[in-house]
Amino acid sequence: MAKKGWDEFEIGAMLRTFDGSIDDIAGTRQEDRSYSENSSYMASVADWRLIKPVFNKDYCIDCQFCWIYCPDVSIISRDKKLIGVDMDHCKGCGICVEVCPTNPKSLLMFPEQADEETEIAQWPKKDEEEA
Amino acid sequence: MSEMKKIKNLKEFSTSADRFEGANLLCPGCAHSIIVREILNATNDDLVLSASTGCLEVCTAVYPYTSWDASWIHIGFENSSTAVAGAEAMYNALKTKGRLKQPDRNPKFVAFGGDGASYDIGFQWISGCMERNHNMMYVVLDNEVYANTGGQRSSSTPIGSSATTSPAGSISYGEKMNKKDMMGIMAAHHIPYAAQVAPNKWKDMVKKIQKGFATEGAVFINAVSPCTTEWKFDPKDTMMLTDLATDSLVFPLYEVIDGKEFNITYRPKNVVPVEEYLAAQGRFKHLFKDEYKYLIKEWQERVDANWAYLQRREEAKV
Repeated sequence: MAKKGWDEFEIGAMLRTFDGSIDDIAGTRQEDRSYSENSSYMASVADWRLIKPVFNKDYCIDCQFCWIYCPDVSIISRDKKLIGVDMDHCKGCGICVEVCPTNPKSLLMFPEQADEETEIAQWPKKDEEEA
Repeated sequence: MSEMKKIKNLKEFSTSADRFEGANLLCPGCAHSIIVREILNATNDDLVLSASTGCLEVCTAVYPYTSWDASWIHIGFENSSTAVAGAEAMYNALKTKGRLKQPDRNPKFVAFGGDGASYDIGFQWISGCMERNHNMMYVVLDNEVYANTGGQRSSSTPIGSSATTSPAGSISYGEKMNKKDMMGIMAAHHIPYAAQVAPNKWKDMVKKIQKGFATEGAVFINAVSPCTTEWKFDPKDTMMLTDLATDSLVFPLYEVIDGKEFNITYRPKNVVPVEEYLAAQGRFKHLFKDEYKYLIKEWQERVDANWAYLQRREEAKV
């Protein structure tokens, strides 16, 4: 979106989240909605991140703690299953890793440049002391 | 549409389609958006929302973006409550006249405000809305400081906390006034429902929010929202901090119905000493110096006295 000068703003500006009309927002999944360019869903804060969460589905028990406690709506759950992390909106806070109850954790933080597949291959084993 | 959304467990809850979007500019690990998501997901009905100036407002509506997928308005620092009350009055007027385009819809009216906008600046507006008993919900995102403008004290800031306008140093231990008992004040309006919630107890929270939505009349919700920037802790520890706040009884979870029926909704199995809650935050760091240690003892006594008071009220039902 082109940047506007200070005197080009509308007074009492109204932003429309969606293009066209939408009847039942609460019953429409994010991928089925027609977001307009004014929705922050179309923006990205991926460059805020220094560390990123990596999701290993082998250990996940679908408890959904990460979904409810994610501040940035970045944990994608469909049909009661966790299917991944939204890397456009994740800010890398690490709450999902802290609240993960499995042993070993099914989400761990790695540096932004780490390769996901390599890290999943070298996933830490069960920690006996904590169990 | 007007029936209550069924949420039995977290798996069922996770099928909700969020109406709050990411890529807002709240700090990483901010509890505001966790609370907002839990509230918006508690219903499938249409929403009419407003937010007072504060972190939530400035971070979710940075031109040209908005993070809200529902009707949302930002007006002043003080009048998010009256804006929503006005919308509710208009809705009722059109309903009475039979001029609603979709009369079968049952919108919910919710106003959000930080503790600065609610405890200090918007206080008389909220009081008015509660007194007139509008069919709306007012939610305080209580992070105990003016976090948006750089951490000035608000009347929610607790004793001993170091804020930029009440800094701790060689002659002062920081904030000297006790936190305002907003729940008590709002319950004294004899509104149908007032509750204190915490995002870590999501089930308790969703239950209270749904109860609030089902209530005819004004609802007041006070939600604890740990602030990683001003409470000075690591962003990943937000939920740990909230756990400490509820388990140390610094933030007891309870509800008040009609200003007299009093229910404590969460009793921690293992009560954590207040010292642990204080030690986890940078804003209380100076209390662990020898000359200020007596304040930790006073903190514990104050929290214990408050808990005893709440239990007495629950028992006496007044």
